[in-house]
Formats: sequence, C-alpha cells, structure tokens
Amino acid sequence: MTSADSSIQFDENGRLKHFLTINGLPQKTLIDILDTAESFISPRERRIRKIPLLQGKTLVNLFFEASTRTRTTFEIAGKRLSADVINLNASRISTSKGETILDTVRTLEAMHTDLFVVRDHASGAAHLIASHLPDPVRVINAGDGRHAHPTQAILDMFTIRQAKHDFENLKIAIVGDILHSRVARSQIHAFNILGAREVRVIGPATLIPTEIEKMGVSVTGNLLEGLDDVDVVMVLRIQRERMDGKLIPSEQEYFNRYGLTTEKLKSAKADAVVMHPGPINRGLEISSDVADGPRSLILDQVTNGIAVRMSIMAKIMQSQDESP
Amino acid sequence: MNTVIRNGHLVDPANGVNARTDLYIRDGRVAGVGKPPEISAREPSGESGFDHEIDATGYYVFPGLVDLCARLREPGEEHKATIKTEARAAASAGITRMVTPPDTFPIIDTPAMAHMIQDRAYDAGFAAVHPLGALTVGLKGEQLTDMAMLMDAGCVGVSNALQSVENTLLMRRAMQYASTYDTPVFINPQDSWLQGNGVVHEGEISTRLGLPAIPEAAETVGVARDIALIETSGARAHFNLLSCARSVSMISEAQRRKLPVTASVSIHHLLCSENDIGAFNTQYKVMPPLRTEKDRRELIRGVDEGCIRAICSDHQPHDIDAKLVPFSEAAAGIAGIETLLPLTISLVNDRQLSMETAIAAVTSNPAAIIGMDAGHLAVGVQADLCLFDPVRSWVLDSETMQSNGHNSPFLGTRLQGKVVRTLIHGRTVYNGD
Repeated sequence: MTSADSSIQFDENGRLKHFLTINGLPQKTLIDILDTAESFISPRERRIRKIPLLQGKTLVNLFFEASTRTRTTFEIAGKRLSADVINLNASRISTSKGETILDTVRTLEAMHTDLFVVRDHASGAAHLIASHLPDPVRVINAGDGRHAHPTQAILDMFTIRQAKHDFENLKIAIVGDILHSRVARSQIHAFNILGAREVRVIGPATLIPTEIEKMGVSVTGNLLEGLDDVDVVMVLRIQRERMDGKLIPSEQEYFNRYGLTTEKLKSAKADAVVMHPGPINRGLEISSDVADGPRSLILDQVTNGIAVRMSIMAKIMQSQDESP
Repeated sequence: MNTVIRNGHLVDPANGVNARTDLYIRDGRVAGVGKPPEISAREPSGESGFDHEIDATGYYVFPGLVDLCARLREPGEEHKATIKTEARAAASAGITRMVTPPDTFPIIDTPAMAHMIQDRAYDAGFAAVHPLGALTVGLKGEQLTDMAMLMDAGCVGVSNALQSVENTLLMRRAMQYASTYDTPVFINPQDSWLQGNGVVHEGEISTRLGLPAIPEAAETVGVARDIALIETSGARAHFNLLSCARSVSMISEAQRRKLPVTASVSIHHLLCSENDIGAFNTQYKVMPPLRTEKDRRELIRGVDEGCIRAICSDHQPHDIDAKLVPFSEAAAGIAGIETLLPLTISLVNDRQLSMETAIAAVTSNPAAIIGMDAGHLAVGVQADLCLFDPVRSWVLDSETMQSNGHNSPFLGTRLQGKVVRTLIHGRTVYNGD
C-alpha cells in the first residue's frame, strides 16, 4: 500500500510544504519536529518565549467543526511565532448550493493568507484545500473527519518522548473507538514510523475498522490482554451521540469492559503512562482516579500542543520562505 | 441513399462474423454482408445501385453499441447535461442506443414521461434512448407503477434505480406483476441498511482514509434476497452494475439453475479498483463503489465466462463543482459514454477478453437483455454501426469531450482506438474521419 495521501505534502525538492497526514513522513522529519519543539521550551522558565519567525505572515484558523483546545493552541502557537492570527469558526452545510469549502478558502486566500489551519468533519477536506491553493500558501490539517489529526499525534509523541525518551522498546495500547478516530489513525502511523515495538488496538469489533491490521497494529477485544506489559495507554474519547445502542449496547457495559480504571491499569507495566486526546468522559472511557492520577499525562499533552504546533508551523513555513 | 462500406473488418458476434468484408445498406437497413443483395426486378442491378461508398480499409466495423445504463440528466438536471448533448456524445462514441434509468426529475413513472424522453431523443436525431420505467411510484418502494402501460409507452424494463425496495413483500409483488407481462426487472442489488452513508468499499482503503464504508454484504445481501424472490416469482431479472466477485458467483449459480437472470457491469469496475482512489480522488467515486483488485479480476472473468453478459458505461455526467468537494460529499459517477468502447477494446488488447466477447458485451447481448433486435448486423436489421480505427491513439481531454460532463478519471489518459464514423439507420450521424 502506497502513501498516496502523503505525496501532496512535499514540494519538488522533497521538503514538507503542507502538514496533512503522518502517513509517509520520513522518520527524520518527525524527529526534527520533536527536536525543534523542544528547543522552543526554555528549560529554565519552562515556558515559551515569543519568536519572530512568522512576523508579517497571516495565519487563518479555519474551523468548520467546533473545537476549543486545538484551535486555542494553534492560536497561541501562531502568536508566539509573531504571526497575525485570524480565527474563523465557519459553518458549512454539506452539499448545499451555497458557498463551497473551496469558495471560502479562495476568498480568504485572496486576502493574502499565508497559512491555513483547517478542521472539517469530512475526511480529505485538508487535502482538497491543499490541492486547490496557489503554491506559496500552506495548509495544516487540524483534523479531517476520521482520517487524520497529525498535529495531535505529534504532540502525543512529544509527550511520550518526554516520559520515555525513545520509542524503540515501547509497547502501546490504543483503546476505544478506533473506527471514528482520526487521532488513532495518525498515532498508528507515527508510532510505526518512530519504530515502536508494538501497537495494539483494543475495542469491541463494532468500533474496530476493517483490515486495520494492514496499518501495522494487532487487534484484540480483551482490554486486560491488550494492556498486558504495555508502556503507554492511549484512551480514546467515546462520542456519546454516536453510540445510542447501535455500536455499543450501553455506557455501563462499555465502562465495564473498556473503561480504564486503576484496577485494570495494573495489567500494564508498573510505569505505564496514560494519555487521552481530550475532552474526556469521566466514568465512560476512563475513571477519574486514572485521569487525574500520577500516571496521567493528559494535561502535559495540552501544554505540549503549543510548542509542537509552533514547530510544525515553522517547519512548513521554512519551505515557503525559501521557495522562489 | 444506398451505401456500401468497403473493406472494413466486420465484428458481428451474434452472427458469427469476424472478417474483412463489405457491408451493403439500403433504406437504412442491412441489405447484404460480403455480397450485394439479390437483384430484384424492379431495381437497378445490385452493385451499381449502391452509389455511396465508405472506405473502411484498416477500420473495424462494429454493430452500434447498446449501453444499458446511461444517465442523461434531462429532465431535472439540465445544468449537468441534456438528452441532446449526451445523445450526440454517444453517437460520437459509436453508441446508437442507450437505456436510461428512471431516476430523473420528475421520475419516469408515467407513460407521459417515457414518451417525452424518447421524443426528445428522436428530435435530437442521434442515439435512440430507451427509458426504464420506475418499478414503484416515485421510486419510493411503496406502490407499483403502471408497468404494462409504461412498457406500451416504450420502456424496455422497470427498475427502482439506486433506491432499493426495502419492503421485501412489495419487491416480490413487483416481480410477480412484472412477470405477467414478461417485463425485465432491472435490479441494482443493494441493502440500504448496510449501504448506509458509505462512499467507498469497506476494506483497507476505507480504514486508511477514514471514509464511511460500504461492505461487500451490502451488495451480496441484495443479490441473495432478489435471487430468492426471482425463484418464486418467475420474473425476468437483470442485475445491473455488479461490483463484487461474490455476486458473480451467486448469479452464476442461479444461471446454472436456469433462473432467468442476466447481469451487467460498468466498464470502470473492470478497469479500476479502490486503490485508484489514492488521495481522495473524487473522480473515482462511483456507486456501487470500486472494490478490490480481486473483485475487479473476477468481474472480468465473469464477462469472459458469460455470467455477466453486458458491459455498460454507467454514464453519469456532472458539473465541475459536484466533484470539487470533500470525497464523502462529492457526487458519484463518471461521464463514461465516450470511453466505453476504447476501454472495452483495451481489455481485448490486454488479452483479458476476446474481441467477440467484448463486442458482444456492448452490442448484441445488451440488446437481447432489453428484447431488441439490435446490436448485430444481419440482413434486414436497422443499419446502426460504427467504424473504429484501432490504430488511432488519442488523449481524453475536457476540451474535446463531447459529453457535457467532464468528470472522468481517464482525463489525460492515452487511449488506443477511436470511433471515426457512426451510422444510425444507415445515415451518418458522426464523422470524425
């Protein structure tokens, strides 16, 4: 299987120009992004200084789907890099006769936007936009349907690297609604590129997409077996409105089998860390004592989102500045 | 005008002809193959009476193509295409008859609508258009249409198009009723629940791209149900647009049991698979979806072995905007009439199908499915045919596409072989030589 959805991300010199999917990125690119993100965090102050890297550039956060943390961290990241940041929470109606997603983007592009950060409920939306904008304009995918959420995956890798230092010996479990999860798909690519030892996905068969093994994971429906000896537990959000008795029988049964509790976490390694892309449903996919417990990195993930997104923006804008 | 087509290589599978020969046309009908018709007392001598000669040296002569599934967008979506634009485009591609599904706006569920569509095609003067009547009123799956009167009005079958009839009892009654008049029932097999809001085949590609998926069972459950209903209703059924290997084996098995079942496939399902979707390329969004490489190969085998009797264009012209949206929101379908013949011939060139099988699948077999004496060139039949230059190589591009719809994944593709002339009723309706 090729990485057909990846090639559009590179310019003719093989440099990253858009950030749409983790699939197909070289390991070195991921490491570079992680290293640069680290350099943005001053070790003494533990906070990020303002850098004039994107001075004079205009960044548009174009969110066709609601988001708080992702949009906010992109906004802060842009501002720390000295870009002019515009936030647009646009709504669009599928297949309506009104303005299309490309109309909206072209209108904003005509106002000299340099970088779009796009979130949409349709898989492939960021690809569509990237392939229809003039060359110097850059696109970062902030989540497209069930397809990809590459910046989230990078910040997860960053957070894991802080805790575990390298990936080679890591066993990872991703628990929950893999079917609808763009986060899981991007994480799977990232773990495999970074050389993790094993990636397992865990959930009832109704929430596991067909042939996911071909993405380089193993599948189990048994949480305790799946957690056995793992270093990292990624818990995914269950979207209540998607469930209504058709994919899982009830919240009670889901929590009984897949909700991560202190007791169940004992199956993992003693120093295993717990992560969640948020927002969390306490008592559904994770119990409060785990979410707020000492092994939870959930808040670190949020904090790290800023430096990582700065790093990604810097990376792709570099190819813009150097392009003729 | 009496015409003789000289020196062409005639491929007429229904009549067992595959050789270089002359073809004589008189009064719009085939008058002689290989030799001029017998001299009759009232007419001038045979050979000299054919005053108009067409030199077909180096060309194939094929019967006019009969396309079992072409949407023309009129009435209701004239911004995409009209009967006239598409019938003309069809003629330029050697297609002389098209069957059009009933899902126009308004729907073809009354004799008046059936008449109107045929009249407009007749006025356009290119390919003939044969409507399918709706199987149920408004395609809603609730009430039978006036099928007998629809057939009287020129419909060649009945169909519920892409709307599956969820009510199994009603489907059975529709088949029973159709069988009374030996009306062919065209079925697009699908279970609407399993189909859901899916847009691609359920498998590795849907998982990787995170697109809502359509499992194979969405089709095979439909095929299985409807075979069971055919068995007990005696309806003559045609499964339109198969996409799965498993459907082929189920239909093949039904045919072995002598059930009156035929099947067709679109040309793009013989050439493309889910892998072609690549990075959300909406030009490959079709319904039923492109499936696996294995399915594609088995569909070709189904044509080769005779289970699938017809290859159609599944022509669906769209305006540009319909494909310039995210994949799940893009309109499904390919503007395919102009590529039907060259792509079918490409399977011959690649030794996937014999010339006879390929040509029969786009001419005499589909004609037989709709009960028409067409798609072949025996003496006495209407002279609908095309001349095909197998050497000419060309690139499909939107500048020169004849259809109003330019939505094709084959844009920019080099194609081998082109129709250079089309005759309908003995009259040249397209001349690209």
